[in-house]
Amino acid sequence: MTGSNDRLLEVNDLTVHFHTDRGVVQALDRVQLFVDRGEVVGLIGESGSGKTTATRSVLRILPPSARIAGGRIRFDGRNLLTMSEKELNATVRGRGISLVPQDPFNSLNPVFTVGTQVRDILKWKGGRGPSGSIEMERALDMLREVQIPSPWEQLKRYPHQFSGGQRQRLMIAMALLPRPGLVIADECTTALDVTVEAQILALLRGLVREMNVSVLFITHDLGVASQICRRIVVMYAGQDMEDAPSERLFERPGHPYTRELLESLPTPGGDIRDIPGEVPSLLRPPEGCRFHPRCPSASADCRRKRPEKVEIEPGHWVRCFHPVESQP
Amino acid sequence: MTQPILDVHSLRKHFKGSGSFLEGKPRRVKALDGVTFQVLPGETFGVVGESGCGKSTLGKTLLGIYRPTEGEVRFKGRDITRLSKRASIRLKREIQYVYQDPGSSLDPMWKVRRILAEPLVIHTDLNRRAVRERVREMLAAVGLGEEHLSLYPHEFSGGQQRRLGLARILCLNPSLVVLDEPTSGLDVSVQATILKLFLDLKDRFDLTYIFISHNLSVVRMMCSRLAVMYAGRIVEMGETSALFERPIHPYTRLLISAIPMIGKKPGTGGEEAEGIGEPPNPESFPPGCRFWPRCPHEIEACRREVPDLRPGPDGRWIACHLNGGEG
Repeated sequence: MTGSNDRLLEVNDLTVHFHTDRGVVQALDRVQLFVDRGEVVGLIGESGSGKTTATRSVLRILPPSARIAGGRIRFDGRNLLTMSEKELNATVRGRGISLVPQDPFNSLNPVFTVGTQVRDILKWKGGRGPSGSIEMERALDMLREVQIPSPWEQLKRYPHQFSGGQRQRLMIAMALLPRPGLVIADECTTALDVTVEAQILALLRGLVREMNVSVLFITHDLGVASQICRRIVVMYAGQDMEDAPSERLFERPGHPYTRELLESLPTPGGDIRDIPGEVPSLLRPPEGCRFHPRCPSASADCRRKRPEKVEIEPGHWVRCFHPVESQP
Repeated sequence: MTQPILDVHSLRKHFKGSGSFLEGKPRRVKALDGVTFQVLPGETFGVVGESGCGKSTLGKTLLGIYRPTEGEVRFKGRDITRLSKRASIRLKREIQYVYQDPGSSLDPMWKVRRILAEPLVIHTDLNRRAVRERVREMLAAVGLGEEHLSLYPHEFSGGQQRRLGLARILCLNPSLVVLDEPTSGLDVSVQATILKLFLDLKDRFDLTYIFISHNLSVVRMMCSRLAVMYAGRIVEMGETSALFERPIHPYTRLLISAIPMIGKKPGTGGEEAEGIGEPPNPESFPPGCRFWPRCPHEIEACRREVPDLRPGPDGRWIACHLNGGEG
């Protein structure tokens, strides 16, 4: 394990509930995850697993129905859960941590030119006016960085004049402009065509290396995660099930859920395998390990207690009483 | 040789573009521009491509939801593009279309019982009892039970809604089913369950599928033959396994190398791996071969002449002046 100085983001025992008309949705159950400096960490899971809730908790942008019922979130050594809104806005949101959203179509303001929106970021985050030509020069450099051709002319154009891939390039440039320590990329290639997705992934890989920024990369696509993440955290029904280096996770998954998930991926010429049963309702989630009703190795313990995380190999944690035997 | 169940010849579908007051005359959107292929009975024929390539327009034109601008669609030997209204209603029993988003294609105000009975009431003269029988039977076939009959569509999960959509079309006992992006928006574990169901239903009801998708891994697993579309045309067509193992058209090569796959080292797909540019806007397709602005092998002829779909090795069809840059 790396020293605590390298730790940029640390989420511990985070529990989040949504209070709805139908009852309390137990969206997150004591989730642990961390991101070290310069690291690209994947957060994967199916819909409803809590990926988005976890990252929204970090930025404290949860909807009003949500309550953070327990846990700690530390970013750069500071406690984000006790920080005032004012301080969050001044130092964290869009500054220390920025977000690349899923949908580049809805995330740019359609009535302002791209230039205006870039200047707004510089003004707000940089604390200096748009006249700061050094700042503007940086913005142009950043647009070149994300391979937008002739950036000066592009600044006069409106979002609808850009293609989907270019809009996502713009979003990435705008997220990186304030020199954040951490970028949260939330399904940021999901809306793109596969050939464009490959370009954006390659771009991100390059930028991350160059700028030494950390990324928390949220995706439901295991293939995409394998292309960009060094380490992956697997979530299921609001619990963190496994945390392992990317290559190891795909070769030797330790949690039965991860294994079943990998086996349900389409393989050419192979049989189709699915996971029996359905994802549980989080209004009344199963006791203990939330995967136990669908798990082939479930025992009496699993039905009663939530397992602690076990380190089955250095850097490979599994939250399971019966981790999958690793073959030598 | 087996008679094809569906024989599509030089199919074109052009739409009037949006245009604007300042730009003057609206452009024509050539969503389908000369598409030719055959589907054999009992096979699963895949159609893949990126957004705007015309794959959904193709599905809808085959069914007569859109009237083709030009070309022929023969179903069991009969041209079905210019049928009378009555004949086309009768035909709809035999060819069915499964929409991308079953949630929005099921009437939210109706209970499942009524949703499933409706096609039978319109298309058959079965009595009420027989209709009830058939509805139960189909519901069971897709793995749902009687208890679901009195529920509304919103009470079902995404996977279950797809099952409902399937039960609804199976009621009429079709022979050809067009599946339009049948797994988009589903989680992988649910996707696997639904794919299994497709295979099971195909065997039980002797179905032929046209499987339209942008998900190449799913298509690779499900389809025996495959057409790759780009900007309104088929660029390559052939046996799925051959096409994936040795793609010939530069676009097919780009597409296959771009699939994010576990175990594939990033940035090792060779020259095609990342490619350049994006699929063109349907309102302004380039002249000649529509792929040339993104093609690493492009020559002068590519900018002028549209390459025909010609036979290539191992039963393949390719539309490329250079046969994929291999001379």
